[in-house]
Amino acid sequence: MNELTTIEFAKKIRLKTIEMVYKAKASHVGGALSMADILAVLYGKILKYKSDNTEWEERDRFLLSKGHACTSLYAALAIAGFFDIEELETYAQDGSIFLSHASHKVPGVEFSTGSLGHALPVGCGIALAAKRKKENWRTFVLLSDGELDEGSNWEAILFAPNHKLDNLVAIVDYNKIQSLGKVIEVLNLDSLRAKFEAFNWRVVEVDGHNHEELLKAFLDVPLEKDFPTVIISNTIKGKGVDFMEDKLLWHYKSPSKEQYEEAIEQIEKSL
Amino acid sequence: MRTAFINQLIIEARNNPKIFLIVGDLGFSVVEPFAKEFPDRFLNAGVAEQNMTGIAAGLAKEGYTVFTYSIGNFPTLRCMEQIRYDVCYHNLDVKIVAVGGGYAYGPLGASHHATEELGMLRTIPNLIVCAPGDPLETKAVTSAIIKHKGPCYLRLGKAGEPIVHVNELNIEIGKMLAVVEGKNTAVLSTGAMLKYVYDFIANNNLNWGLYSFPFIKPLDLEGLNIIADNYEKIITIEEHQKSGGFGSAIIEGFSDLDGDNKILKWPKLNRIAIPEQFAFLAGSQKYLEKIFGLVLNKEGT
Repeated sequence: MNELTTIEFAKKIRLKTIEMVYKAKASHVGGALSMADILAVLYGKILKYKSDNTEWEERDRFLLSKGHACTSLYAALAIAGFFDIEELETYAQDGSIFLSHASHKVPGVEFSTGSLGHALPVGCGIALAAKRKKENWRTFVLLSDGELDEGSNWEAILFAPNHKLDNLVAIVDYNKIQSLGKVIEVLNLDSLRAKFEAFNWRVVEVDGHNHEELLKAFLDVPLEKDFPTVIISNTIKGKGVDFMEDKLLWHYKSPSKEQYEEAIEQIEKSL
Repeated sequence: MRTAFINQLIIEARNNPKIFLIVGDLGFSVVEPFAKEFPDRFLNAGVAEQNMTGIAAGLAKEGYTVFTYSIGNFPTLRCMEQIRYDVCYHNLDVKIVAVGGGYAYGPLGASHHATEELGMLRTIPNLIVCAPGDPLETKAVTSAIIKHKGPCYLRLGKAGEPIVHVNELNIEIGKMLAVVEGKNTAVLSTGAMLKYVYDFIANNNLNWGLYSFPFIKPLDLEGLNIIADNYEKIITIEEHQKSGGFGSAIIEGFSDLDGDNKILKWPKLNRIAIPEQFAFLAGSQKYLEKIFGLVLNKEGT
């Protein structure tokens, strides 16, 4: 990743994501695009990993809780060298390991997800294991906003500060649109910062498409010893393709040929 | 049973630094010795079973053999999806332990009656489902599931169940135990009904066989084959709803043996189980067993 800037990394993620979604006629492109910059900064600059040794003990553990948005994770992993990017041609096809929810059979995917509200509790367990074993690696969990409706997350949010899991970082991809409507209408999370603060997390809010802000936030964690960090990342669903941005429709819709070509062109032209 | 479990777990943990125990804010006067001896491998996760089971999956992923411990439905039904997806789909080394199997917490009501979980859990791939019949079985099963790397469910009674077996047991996962050899009629029992059946046969001087099934899954098909060869009539007994539980598993086992031409004929089979009802009245375990028909008669009907 040394040659790629995180901006280039994110662009590659977006291009591959749209191609995968288009070819497989798959859903969830909006939420995959909203987190592309977060993934680019994580895999480009922050996470410790060895793409040729997924079991390397000292690696940072990254869990994608919003498993439905796996296209951009798979793209990021391919770009990071975990597997040949050509393999993504099989995405969501019969017999492929590339399920359309994040699968731990894919090299570099720590944990399978798909049902929401699962990865943060598991992440607490992984972070607790590091504490008990006195290991230095960290655990990062990327959540959607909609999945914060799940009570299991709040059990974990209550747990982590109580057990001083300052090696745990939650990132909320706060794109403000969930499956059937706007977050503010379905189950309002406002004020998300205040909620996390009330649960004794240390909170930083960033523009989730601003790489400098993301990088600074990630370099600053833990914000305080003994406290878990949450990075509330304000994002735009469908970011990078103007007709997909901030639209519920693109939680589901797969682009037509014309839309695909237009989307690729827009992303190619960006920077 | 829970005493036999925790004592064995402590013995195993002394030689196995990977064993980790998580409780869901339950286990008063049971788990303290473990917590005291292994503070680095003990956790009270609070009244939050979904998180408890997710944490167990995370710890297991990092190399621990993790026991989750709570009452009846709480470490099981309450977090069924975490069991299925986080633990079993990833085939992680998590052992789910429920105390209060069946009507063990009788007067506490339906919330505390674990009467559906065997059926629900045995449909989940990779999960071994255990319901030992007495403290000796509990001890041996606890030891056996630690040796097995993968998810297991362990249904326990509470405290004070009597010992049925005469000697210490050497248990193999998926194998039934012949308790009494008999003729014509055999009772197949799972979980803590074993003592009742044993006493019934002895007190009535019946020449029945008695087989204990500490493992509902995998089911001992070789054992069933032997039973089919030696008995005309089978009675299954369990403290569980009739649908999907132990008796259902036995029927499936005989049916598969029949379908694969491994047995020539089935024994006649009667199932004693809870007849699709919840208990709305307070009652001891014995009382509830009686009113829901979890009793034998000498005619074997």
